[in-house]
Amino acid sequence: MNGDRPLVAVLDYGIGNLRSAQKALERVGADARLTADPGLIADAAGVVLPGVGHFGTCMEQLRSTGLEQPAFDVIESGRPFLGICVGMQMLFEASEEAPGVPGMGVMPGTVRLLPDGIVRPQMQWNRLDVRRPSCPLLAGLTDGAWMYFVHSYAPDTDDSFVAATCDYPTPVTAVTERGRLWATQFHPEKSGDAGKRLAQNFLAAVRAEGCHR
Amino acid sequence: MKTVRVIPCLDVDDGRVVKGVSFVGLRDAGDPVELAAAYDRQGADEIVFLDITASAHDRDTIIELARHTAEEVFIPFTIGGGIRSVDDARALLRAGADKVSVNSAAVARPELVREIAGEFGTQCVVVSVDAKSNGAGADGSTTWNVYVKGGREDTGIDALDWVRQVTELGAGEILLTSMDADGTKAGFDLELTRTVVDAVEIPVVASGGVGTLQHLVDGALIANADAVLAASIFHFGEHTVADAKRALLDAGVAVRPPAA
Repeated sequence: MNGDRPLVAVLDYGIGNLRSAQKALERVGADARLTADPGLIADAAGVVLPGVGHFGTCMEQLRSTGLEQPAFDVIESGRPFLGICVGMQMLFEASEEAPGVPGMGVMPGTVRLLPDGIVRPQMQWNRLDVRRPSCPLLAGLTDGAWMYFVHSYAPDTDDSFVAATCDYPTPVTAVTERGRLWATQFHPEKSGDAGKRLAQNFLAAVRAEGCHR
Repeated sequence: MKTVRVIPCLDVDDGRVVKGVSFVGLRDAGDPVELAAAYDRQGADEIVFLDITASAHDRDTIIELARHTAEEVFIPFTIGGGIRSVDDARALLRAGADKVSVNSAAVARPELVREIAGEFGTQCVVVSVDAKSNGAGADGSTTWNVYVKGGREDTGIDALDWVRQVTELGAGEILLTSMDADGTKAGFDLELTRTVVDAVEIPVVASGGVGTLQHLVDGALIANADAVLAASIFHFGEHTVADAKRALLDAGVAVRPPAA
């Protein structure tokens, strides 16, 4: 593997805009590939699961393209893994958006609709309230970084996995961490310089992984 | 916390910015990607490109614009104009656009909204609504109709009925332009905007008529818009997006602060 530009697989399971996630990783120095090739995913030092749209559609697509098992394998191996937006939600057990459609279940909890009485989707920039400053993904971002959110649902999980929240108008899960399985409800690839920093942090974890392999 | 977005809008014809942009420090002020990147640096929260290319065969040009923008600009961007099918939407989203905006094609066939939302999610479907006042009715309250063809053709559809219908069909956002205010530089139609904001649960972007920074403040504070869109005040270098953010902050509107 090329240590300078580590291979990061961006899972391409046939949904909307995946290109932005790939570009964001490329610009911080990754050899980022949009791929549905299990072999390439197995070789990758890190994996990104993007996601936009409907939870049920995304889960069905992930399964029909045969990419759920390769994703499980990466998570199981402890290699750095980043879920983005619906890609975060897919890591959980279920979602109120698609009752009866199981999520991947690698994170405990259910994805729930944001409360009534607020504008849904939350489609705006919002500040992170960092709960776990030691989270490597949030290095340099602990002072109220602004990130771009587009979502109507968010994970309801154990506080011990919540690395950051945002206020809308109650705390909404924004970043989760379980070992090196990370996820963001916001779009780092659309969050300007703050998102770039987060991508750099993820890549730093990927590079550290490359040294261990 | 609700934060109001500030969105510069660029009209694009055959891949070039129109409406005489005079912007300092750009190599090519007609290059939409370069202009979008400049707005990104000023602190723009999103960018909207409106493709006004007359010829229908030029989809490739606008798809290429989406591709280049996704390589250079790392904030969300929307492309509107000429999107008539799920395939049109797919090409733009796959090229890197975050949202597509539909207008007259949705009026002609509202199911288009449901189809795009069903395929790619509601978050990427903006319904652009051009509304014009019918004046006050017998009961004294104002109504607005939906117009197409740049405000020349009255569809006879009530604007409030329309925004509710497209919300049901899966719109993720309304881009609301007042045909009465557009081009006047006299400010948003605040009554129209407020009425639409109150009628739907999804975000509403106020558009049309901005001539001063106070107009942006009014759109946020009086009309309660979720985002404010403007073109010429930014293009002619009268004000930067950072100026707009500071004016909003000074007025007590929560926004993502401009870069220091």
